[in-house]
Amino acid sequence: MKKFSLLSTRAGALFLAPATALVGVFVIIPFFWVIFVSFTNRTLLGRTALDPDFVGLQNYFALFNPATFFARGQFGFSLILTIQFVLLSALIGQALLGLILSWLSQTVSPSIKSFLQTTVIAAWILPEVVIGFAWFAFLDYDNGTLNMIMRGLGLPPGDWLLQQPFWVIVFFNTWRGAAFSMMLFNSAFQSIPPSYFQAADVAGATSWQKLRDIALPLIRGHVVTDLILITMWTFNVFTPFLLTNGGPSYRTELLSIYTYRIAFKDFEFGKGAAVGVVIMLINLAFALVYLRLAHKKPVEAE
Amino acid sequence: MASVEFQNVSKSFGAFNALPDISFSIADGEFVCLLGPSGCGKTTSLRMIAGLETPTSGKVLIGGRDVTYLHPKDRQISMVFQDYALYPHMNLADNIAYPLKVRGEAEDKRHARAREVADVLKIGDLMKRLPSQISGGQQQRTSLARALVYPSQVYLFDEPLSNLDAKLRLEARGFLNHLQRDMGMTAVYVTHDQAEAMALATRIAVMDKGRIVQFAPPIEIYRRPATTFVANFVGNPPMNLVPAQAAIIDGKLQLRAEGLDVTALPVSDTIARAVGAKSITLGVRPEHLRIARPDDSNVITGELFANENMGPESLVTIERKDAGRVTARIFTDDEIRVDKTVRLSFDAEHVTLFDSTGARIPAHGE
Repeated sequence: MKKFSLLSTRAGALFLAPATALVGVFVIIPFFWVIFVSFTNRTLLGRTALDPDFVGLQNYFALFNPATFFARGQFGFSLILTIQFVLLSALIGQALLGLILSWLSQTVSPSIKSFLQTTVIAAWILPEVVIGFAWFAFLDYDNGTLNMIMRGLGLPPGDWLLQQPFWVIVFFNTWRGAAFSMMLFNSAFQSIPPSYFQAADVAGATSWQKLRDIALPLIRGHVVTDLILITMWTFNVFTPFLLTNGGPSYRTELLSIYTYRIAFKDFEFGKGAAVGVVIMLINLAFALVYLRLAHKKPVEAE
Repeated sequence: MASVEFQNVSKSFGAFNALPDISFSIADGEFVCLLGPSGCGKTTSLRMIAGLETPTSGKVLIGGRDVTYLHPKDRQISMVFQDYALYPHMNLADNIAYPLKVRGEAEDKRHARAREVADVLKIGDLMKRLPSQISGGQQQRTSLARALVYPSQVYLFDEPLSNLDAKLRLEARGFLNHLQRDMGMTAVYVTHDQAEAMALATRIAVMDKGRIVQFAPPIEIYRRPATTFVANFVGNPPMNLVPAQAAIIDGKLQLRAEGLDVTALPVSDTIARAVGAKSITLGVRPEHLRIARPDDSNVITGELFANENMGPESLVTIERKDAGRVTARIFTDDEIRVDKTVRLSFDAEHVTLFDSTGARIPAHGE
């Protein structure tokens, strides 16, 4: 059978060329450049800026040095902090909250549902900088909205960004991202024929039983997709920097912020590139799991 | 088992008034079919018994208890859905046993009970299969098994056979009839298929535009359709309806219409009153028409339109000039030979008359 083609190979290549050039210059070359730099001691200033030495795996050994691995402001500390951050704000916060909101919104009237969705999505579509500033204002000790509410209720105000910086960014990221999970679960639930739930209603099932026995097993694929996506996003998220600058004293220095500090504040390009490569490998692992699950055929009966 | 009652129930969806005001009662052990064209409100009525819709006003009673605002799970009812609503991720055993699971029955106990019901429905050896691995007829029986697996006050059926092909539908219909005779269940069954309603129901509620037009046993609906709508909806093919000009001459009713020659029908007082309005509709069932002999009275004449031999019977359709068609259903496996112009005749006792509003006029001597 003759393969039908819209354009000749040459014309097709011509049209692809600009995109290929852009992707090459801004994605492919930097990608390999970062890997190359991670094996050098390149810096911004000094002798090694012009003439970096090849140092082999030295940058990587420095990152995984057992003596300082868990110390504050070191790679291991940021890695563990990031894992905690992902578990609490993405998996428990965003996914669970999104699931609960979405499930509850299935039973309310359409007008309440659309109001709820609009509100939650509003938190999602605002630009990062705007909400970073809004949260900063919300949490301010002297004039912040939260402390005004606390005082109004007769409770002692708190200096949240100093006292509970980790929980602040966990709450912030949960608030920020729950909308995505909610929308994804919403559309997943809507793909289930209503008669499934009606049959369960008639059979005598409670809302929890319907969720556990019917809804969740049927949207399993969506749940996996959601978890992988928000895990990857949260793993790489930089927005908490706008609230806490990674501080105080590195207590909210997630891996992305750590990389930024090493590369662009301490100007140790070589080490920063090494962190970047490690993060990339972790993301690659997530992506492989995701692709694996996404391509898996639906389960057949034994 | 329990009775079901609607007291002045109405239901609107926004501006659309699906059911203006409907009242009926179904006795314990009755099998009632709600029959009507799509959009007549039959499914809405059923869903209000189930609790899947809430009436805008009025009361729904099951077993004498007001359940109008009760959640479906608290009504002790079973329902079979048009699309079967089987859970694709559960095997047949789990699907059938699901109502028992939500009641907290132990797994071995509920699977044993599911198996019992499945055996009755001849799907007992498929229990490990998924719904996608069985045929449509088997899926239908699985959804039936799920409805039968736990004791219910009322069994509700929402067009359960409409997704089956013709042959399976007949088989499933016969099975449901058998089941009803066996269990004596109270059932409400929604269908747009008049044959299904005739075969299954102890009483049929024929619905049109949110109203019950006639609520009677099948044979009554067949013999004495309350309106031209019922006459036109029940029977296959439906009753022939011929609008005609009426006059009473020498104490006999005469009907005049294109191709119609009816001069000597008996007259009752009610007929006489209806004839005052001049316009009357004559109704004759296709099975009561025959090819006329030369000396027959009560004749309809027209051009042959179609002559369909169906095996044990033939459908002969004629077209009256500039007027409607009339179909005769003739029970013979011989080929029917007719000329271009066909005369069909009928006996006076098989005539149903409708007045100008479409309501049936009680027959002579009724």
